[in-house]
Amino acid sequence: MALDSKIPSGPISDKWTNYKDHINLVNPANKRNLDIIVVGTGLAGGSAAATLAELGYNVKAFCFQDSPRRAHSIAAQGGINAAKNYQGDGDSVFRLFYDTVKGGDYRAREANVHRLAEVSGNIIDQCVAQGVPLAREYGGLLDNRSFGGTLVSRTFYAKGQTGQQLLLGAYSAMNRQIGRGKIKMHNRHEMLDLVIVNGKARGIIARNLVTGEIERHSAHAVVIASGGYGNVFFLSTNAMGSNATAAWKIHKKGAFFANPCYTQIHPTCIPVSGDHQSKLTLMSESLRNDGRIWVPAKLEDAKAIREGKKKPTDLSEADRDYYLERRYPAFGNLVPRDIASRAAKERCDAGFGVNKTGEAVYLDFAAAIQRYGVDQAKIKHLDEKDTALVIKLGTEVVANKYGNLFQMYEKIVDENPYSTPMMIYPAVHYTMGGTWVDYNLQTTIPGCFSIGESNFSDHGANRLGASALMQGLADGYFVLPYTIGDYLSPDIKMGTISTDLPEFAAAEKAVKEQIERFINNKGTHSVDYFHKKLGKIMWDKVGMARNAKGLNEAIAEIAVLRDQFYKEVKVPGDANGLNQELEKATRVADFLELGELFAKDALHRNESCGGHFREEYQTEEGEAQRDDENFAYVAAWEYTGKPSEAVLHKEPLVFDNVKLVQRSYK
Amino acid sequence: MKLTLKIWRQKNAAAEGKIVEYPIDHIEPDMSFLEMLDILNDELIMKGDEPVAFDHDCREGICGMCSLYINGEAHGPDRGVTTCQLHMRMFKDGDTIFIEPFRAKAFPVIKDLVVDRSSFDRIQHAGGFISVNTSGNTIDANTIPVNKKDADDAFDAAACIGCGACVASCKNSSAMLFVAAKVSQYALLPQGKIEATDRVLNMVSQMDAEGFGNCTNTGACEVECPKGISLENIARMNREYMSASLKG
Repeated sequence: MALDSKIPSGPISDKWTNYKDHINLVNPANKRNLDIIVVGTGLAGGSAAATLAELGYNVKAFCFQDSPRRAHSIAAQGGINAAKNYQGDGDSVFRLFYDTVKGGDYRAREANVHRLAEVSGNIIDQCVAQGVPLAREYGGLLDNRSFGGTLVSRTFYAKGQTGQQLLLGAYSAMNRQIGRGKIKMHNRHEMLDLVIVNGKARGIIARNLVTGEIERHSAHAVVIASGGYGNVFFLSTNAMGSNATAAWKIHKKGAFFANPCYTQIHPTCIPVSGDHQSKLTLMSESLRNDGRIWVPAKLEDAKAIREGKKKPTDLSEADRDYYLERRYPAFGNLVPRDIASRAAKERCDAGFGVNKTGEAVYLDFAAAIQRYGVDQAKIKHLDEKDTALVIKLGTEVVANKYGNLFQMYEKIVDENPYSTPMMIYPAVHYTMGGTWVDYNLQTTIPGCFSIGESNFSDHGANRLGASALMQGLADGYFVLPYTIGDYLSPDIKMGTISTDLPEFAAAEKAVKEQIERFINNKGTHSVDYFHKKLGKIMWDKVGMARNAKGLNEAIAEIAVLRDQFYKEVKVPGDANGLNQELEKATRVADFLELGELFAKDALHRNESCGGHFREEYQTEEGEAQRDDENFAYVAAWEYTGKPSEAVLHKEPLVFDNVKLVQRSYK
Repeated sequence: MKLTLKIWRQKNAAAEGKIVEYPIDHIEPDMSFLEMLDILNDELIMKGDEPVAFDHDCREGICGMCSLYINGEAHGPDRGVTTCQLHMRMFKDGDTIFIEPFRAKAFPVIKDLVVDRSSFDRIQHAGGFISVNTSGNTIDANTIPVNKKDADDAFDAAACIGCGACVASCKNSSAMLFVAAKVSQYALLPQGKIEATDRVLNMVSQMDAEGFGNCTNTGACEVECPKGISLENIARMNREYMSASLKG
């Protein structure tokens, strides 16, 4: 099967407009005869469900949480990008497009990224109209801040809770449609398989997590908005329930999976404290606007700090190594995430780590507190030589900007980040890879669409900060609602699809068999035991730095672990009712397959780009070395029965508007 | 740390529940409360017992999925945190900890510590939105300036995570703080004014229909709210309701 990305012809800035002008539409009277299933209610799924319902389609939405408002988009902290140029600092649609393609290390599809940049401004208009309380300046206009990998201020925010506020905006739009009966919401439901009829996606099999019932749901199209697969690492910043099951099930039914090895390791997370750890907590990238990252310049100081003999505040400026500012003077602490993460790992591997495990660096706000304090003293005509006063005033400014994040840090670590630097370390955060989609956001299964983090399309090999929220909402509010109409236009006279079709019965039977197998297994280890083992293989061998030897080992070890899982896993209780261990088992079963494909993809990509760093391919300065001649393509994998035997399909990436150069942030 | 846990166990909504005692050992002060329960559950699974069901997801205090009534307080003894952000350093070696579900008529128990909070969603369906289509044809965001104080107050109200601690803490099981937070967010913004009358009437009416109790201004909700939602919001909602009733 040849991949057809369906990118419209014409100049890049006209593609989307021209395309929209010529695709097929469904008239309002016919929309009410069409059903659409949306799986997942985060920014992408929630916004898509609301918009499709507003247009008149009958939407059936599903989430595994107890309410759509809990989807993990809610935890996004820092902000959302938009090319509004409200700051007059030279921003434009082209610049946002350019920064995103460059930030993605030239592994994203130009046409998709340009469309994303084009609709970015609309998102902000939309959210403000919905009553999302974005941060404002004293004149009443919207405020902006800077994020990594850019030279302009284009990030809109709501304190450190931007994701929460945007998701609640989408949730409110959904609520309006649920109230009107246009969305039928299925909370506490998990999609366990896709149903394909005559080659087209026509429904899903879902488990009601409260009653345990296996349900059949039909529709004319199925939209997967189930997020990323970061939890394949066990420890990540994802929510405990975040899983890849919906995306993986469609992969097994024919949707190609693209670039699984592109994973974002976020540089600013709270370090691991012990074996009991169940998840990792992000400290927003926005903190890098004001925080300076450093480690001790001398090994003996780092050792003394690890042993508790010295405190970070004991070290003079000369004894500190602000390694990002040293290595990347132009971008400093605001280099993109992949670069900041690797630089932290490099310092810690060299012995400069600052916590007990040696895997932490400092994020220090003392300079910002001082700077803001002096500013405030000047504004208020107070004595700027009064150190205590300056610190008090500066602390107030910092608290106003990042208060909730500082509080979160203090609760977890039990240290006050206003008076001692935060400790941070990289952690798995976001997955750029995902189901392959064409320009319409349709997977290789007709009628099955994939939006938001669950698709691969916009971020290339590395996502810039504040771009995930933008992409989720762009897909859901402004892209999919158009493109899905083009697909559905021939189906207007079809009528409701029966769930009595044999395809539904067959899919349901397979789901029930898997569940019974787990319940009857009577093994010796809990699901978490296997999940943690998988996570350790992934982090050690498929993590921030990878090499061929480790990847080959990982592929073999994951296959062994998977066999062991099916033989020895123990799932207590029964299938008739709420059974959280059973939920975990079905999710981990899929991670155990996805992890293998992930490692295989990383092994085949003999270059370093963005979040994919192969130790064999680096410059003398330790920067990622791309190979555009051989690897400027999307790797889309076709499932053939075993992840390690997946078949590779290549979608060549053509760059007409951006010149490929080695990414430099110096 | 060595602890004695007394946990509410209930097989399903119809079954009768009871408190069951579990001793637990080797708990570190740096663990979160839910990580402590993870350890208990692992032990129970290994012994062939059913683990304790509890709701949780983001484990960073923002999704609002976790609940738990711990030693008589929603989200436990710490302030300004959800249960997932509660750490074992708040307890002492040898402590006995009672763990119960959030209790309210409008939050029926599903299993063990898991309750059904869909009544909150239904209140939102009744009016927790601004009726604007997501078509992209809205006006430029900066043509609606908002006074910074109002924007900040609206944000503070919008920070509600919908966990239900306010209801669980209230002797009347009132949802006034939750509903007031949403009503306030929109009442403070120019975009929300157009539908203000219907919104407050519809949301309050749905709140009553769900079986939540009335507000007698004890302020327990504000004390236990992990997001510091202020009682001022209830006062604002009462004003909105009064003015809407007069108009209606």
